[in-house]
Amino acid sequence: MTDAAIPTYPTRWKRPPQMIKSRFWRWTLAIGAVVYLVLALGTVEVNWQRVVLGIERGQRFIAGFLEPDFTTRWRDISRGLVESLTMTLTSTVVGVLISIPIGIGAARNIAPAWIYMVCRGIIAVSRALQEIIVAIFFVALFGFGAFAGFLTLSFATIGFIGKLLAEDIEDIDEAQAEAIRATGASWFQVINYGIQPQVMPRLIGLSLYRLDINFRESAVIGIVGAGGIGATLNTALNRYEYDSAGAILLIIIGIVMVAEYSSSHLRRWVQ
Amino acid sequence: MLTVDKLTKVYKTGDKALTDVSFTVPEGQVVGLIGPSGAGKSTLIRCVNRLVEPTDGTVRLNDLDITRLRAGELRRARRRIGMIFQEYALVERLTVMENVLSGRLGYVPFWRSFTRRFPPADIAKAFRLLDRVGLTQHADKRADALSGGQRQRVGIARALEQDPELLLVDEPTASLDPKTSRQIMRLIIEICRENGLPAIINIHDVVLAQQFVDRIIGLRAGVVVFDGPPAQLTESVLTQIYGEEDWTAMRQSAAEDAAAEAEDHEQAKKMMRAL
Repeated sequence: MTDAAIPTYPTRWKRPPQMIKSRFWRWTLAIGAVVYLVLALGTVEVNWQRVVLGIERGQRFIAGFLEPDFTTRWRDISRGLVESLTMTLTSTVVGVLISIPIGIGAARNIAPAWIYMVCRGIIAVSRALQEIIVAIFFVALFGFGAFAGFLTLSFATIGFIGKLLAEDIEDIDEAQAEAIRATGASWFQVINYGIQPQVMPRLIGLSLYRLDINFRESAVIGIVGAGGIGATLNTALNRYEYDSAGAILLIIIGIVMVAEYSSSHLRRWVQ
Repeated sequence: MLTVDKLTKVYKTGDKALTDVSFTVPEGQVVGLIGPSGAGKSTLIRCVNRLVEPTDGTVRLNDLDITRLRAGELRRARRRIGMIFQEYALVERLTVMENVLSGRLGYVPFWRSFTRRFPPADIAKAFRLLDRVGLTQHADKRADALSGGQRQRVGIARALEQDPELLLVDEPTASLDPKTSRQIMRLIIEICRENGLPAIINIHDVVLAQQFVDRIIGLRAGVVVFDGPPAQLTESVLTQIYGEEDWTAMRQSAAEDAAAEAEDHEQAKKMMRAL
């Protein structure tokens, strides 16, 4: 037997570079990124004196958390909570009702081109504007209070549900809708029979999910004056009443956890 | 009677799916449409009810030129054309009854279909059809709870609920096992015979087609290359439609299938007698 009969295979293998083929550019980019990071970190000014001062405040904050005071401000807290919960529920219902026609209009497979453009536009505007910015605008327009919060959350819900519903409609099994169309059904009947059954479980799931997002958001937008528990929280923080603030935060965390758990449970059930 | 005249379909991508397809289906005739994948079978039957818009040519159902109808008129024409789909195309999350009743959508106003309050005559008809296809006890089940063969039976009932003058059948047996395929084909043919319904059946299983239909149209690359009774479907014709293949072996295995089925049948009869 000669060696020629048994071909020798390499015993070493290296993964070839995937993204940047040239060794020079690989190194240049890596070094460049590190240099930029170091320079950027250098520009962050830290006022150590202020940090030392703040540590003390932070400790009081945490201490407030550990000894939350539910009783002293209970009337304010309960009023804020009820306002937040009302705001959450009404804005979710109104937002979902408005976003259904918009979501249908924004689904490329069932809407004519110009309606599609309009609806996508509405969704894009709603999604581009962060809740806090919208809340500031509505507070300026309608004054402090829950009404501004309700409008903000409804507006944000439209972008969220509208987009996800439209995408879900675009992902449906076309064969089912085609079969309904083939029976001579009208456009509304195709929506009702061919599409609605396919997207309904997800729409319910998304609405429940949005409900707990809206509750969380109601706490944030309250800080800029849109009412609810956020306003109560802001007041407590401004008065340095960290024990009351701690109580409020604990309540928010509790409610969000309950909402999260029950909505995921409900979502599994509607499948 | 269905008359297709010089039907041509060119997709936006420039693919020519159909070229000058012409044929006539008289009252009560069942036509099998055979051809390789991509020959334009699906496109052809979808051009008949305009789920696909034909580029050129005409389709006439009795005296109605379907190709020239506007939206509202097209919906009225569609309700007289029943369609049975590959993979059933039932609305999975609706009940069997809702699926059958959806065959009446073209006849009832929106509020009736939305509230599921169909006219009594429609409901009675739906129950009769479910009984005909042997699914009465499944009426309230969700469609996705049924087996493949059962789902296709629901599909058949939905098409018949429309009171069709014509049946379009797109690969009715594509996802069924050989035995169920035969049963479904037999059911479709029986129903056509009972009602004198003309039908066009897309089918890739040549043997099954030969066994059941009155006439076969062979399509290759969008052109009709064969049109005649199943008996004239010789090896050379099949080669012309599909290309080179061992047709004798295929026939043999199909004959074995049929024999096995017959045996099953015998056994079932024996069992019945024993009982």
